[in-house]
Amino acid sequence: MENAVVVVVGADKPGIVAGISSELAVNNVNIVDISQTVLRDIFAMIMLVDLSKSNVSISELRKKLQAKGKELKVEVLVYHEEVFRYMERI
Amino acid sequence: MKYSADEIIEVVRMLSEEDLDIRSVTLSVNTLPLISDNVKRVLDKLDSLNPIFDKFSSAVDKASEKYGIRIVTKRVAVTPIQFFLEVLNEEDGLKIAIKLEDLAETNRIDYIGGYSAFAERGFTKGSSLVINTMAEAINSTKRLTGMINAASTFSGLNSEAVRRFVDNIFIMKPEASARVAILSNVPPDSPFVPSAHHGIGMPEMSINVAVSGPGVIEKAIRRNSPSTLEELHELIKRTAFKITRLGELIGKAVSADVGVEFGSVDLSLAPTPKIGDSVAGIIEAAGIEKMGAHGSLSALALLMDAVKKGGSTATSHVGGLSSAFIPVSEDAVMSERALEGYVDFYTLLALSAVCNSGIDMVGISKKQGKDKATGLIMDVLSLGITLNKILGVRIIPVDEEPGSIIDLGGLLGKVVVMKLKDASVERFVSLNGFIPNSIKRLETG
Repeated sequence: MENAVVVVVGADKPGIVAGISSELAVNNVNIVDISQTVLRDIFAMIMLVDLSKSNVSISELRKKLQAKGKELKVEVLVYHEEVFRYMERI
Repeated sequence: MKYSADEIIEVVRMLSEEDLDIRSVTLSVNTLPLISDNVKRVLDKLDSLNPIFDKFSSAVDKASEKYGIRIVTKRVAVTPIQFFLEVLNEEDGLKIAIKLEDLAETNRIDYIGGYSAFAERGFTKGSSLVINTMAEAINSTKRLTGMINAASTFSGLNSEAVRRFVDNIFIMKPEASARVAILSNVPPDSPFVPSAHHGIGMPEMSINVAVSGPGVIEKAIRRNSPSTLEELHELIKRTAFKITRLGELIGKAVSADVGVEFGSVDLSLAPTPKIGDSVAGIIEAAGIEKMGAHGSLSALALLMDAVKKGGSTATSHVGGLSSAFIPVSEDAVMSERALEGYVDFYTLLALSAVCNSGIDMVGISKKQGKDKATGLIMDVLSLGITLNKILGVRIIPVDEEPGSIIDLGGLLGKVVVMKLKDASVERFVSLNGFIPNSIKRLETG
């Protein structure tokens, strides 16, 4: 399984979860887990997604999600899961 | 979730707000097989590097895209040109320099290091030709960097090498003198320029990585306000561990992709002129109002120890200079403190005792004379020998008066022209010969 972490930062409003998850679905990227927290004092949604069946590379997915984020007026960050494994696990 | 929200946010914050990035990924290549006593043949043979440079460059871009991590520069280190010039002539130096520049430009490499020589005890034909041609080679290029190792614990300090290096930088453009340095005990696997070269004892090729991230440590200190020195040390250590792990990840990914050995991670904290990306900022976050004030050395020593302990548990491939750089122009807080007078040459010398700052990216006025610049370099190199440390000097001689500022732009930042002491040291620095290798040498046999 090849995972990525998607973080969506922006004011919480209807349509954000739907917008981002539909973009993931279109590209055949499965949401493994989802949670929410606060970053820079604003709402942040964190998703762990599975890229193994994705139609696109992680960098293309990043571009698509960021374009979607622009539409929804939120910031979208996409990192490979290995970054977190290296930095947060020994 | 596999990771807690806090863990994810911690990493995301470092990467998106606190300027944690990879300062450089450096491909180090053995170019000794390309030597010939016919310069045309050398230039042709150098073309054989194109495929590996291209592959490396693409691999770095790919790793950056895949992980979502910014990689600021791509660099290549070649075997010191000294060895090429041992069997060539003076005019061939420039031809090789221009060829290296072309190779770098063609393959999207930001810097190519290796217009370098070792001369700590004396000169060979090759090292002499490197130093004769350094100014012209560096002035004629934009990406080429060079270094003279003029001192070592093993061999002593060659005063002639220092004088000839100063002659060179006095005729270089300011931007060019930022691409050369003079060192003691240069390491064979530095990912940083100008010290990067493919050292003796290294494998055919390897990937060396430099991380950045002083902003991450500064913010961690400001957020957590540690109440004891142990807490401060622990916080820095834990943060340095994470920073180094990122270097390890990218280094291994690029190595695997290019199909060469993973060399090392340089643990050094390296600042950029951007606000919030400063090593001096860490010292000030620790409670020193102005970097350079009394207590700065102690805070820096604590920082260094914590960075090394955290970093060394994060990777088994430690290399390069692995300390903290405090290039004055490249660190916004340092430049400010230099202008305010809190940081002068003697402060930098003192700080060099506990880190690798040396005298880095500081302007000097040509009007003050070569003897003082030579004396300053000899001070740093002597400290390197006495403390058995890697130390270097990168000064920018300019026509302006002390107190002026020269903006070199980009990563190089604003160079503050600092005042050298006025008294003449001409007689001492003109003495020929070398300062004998110290008693430290005898500890090794």
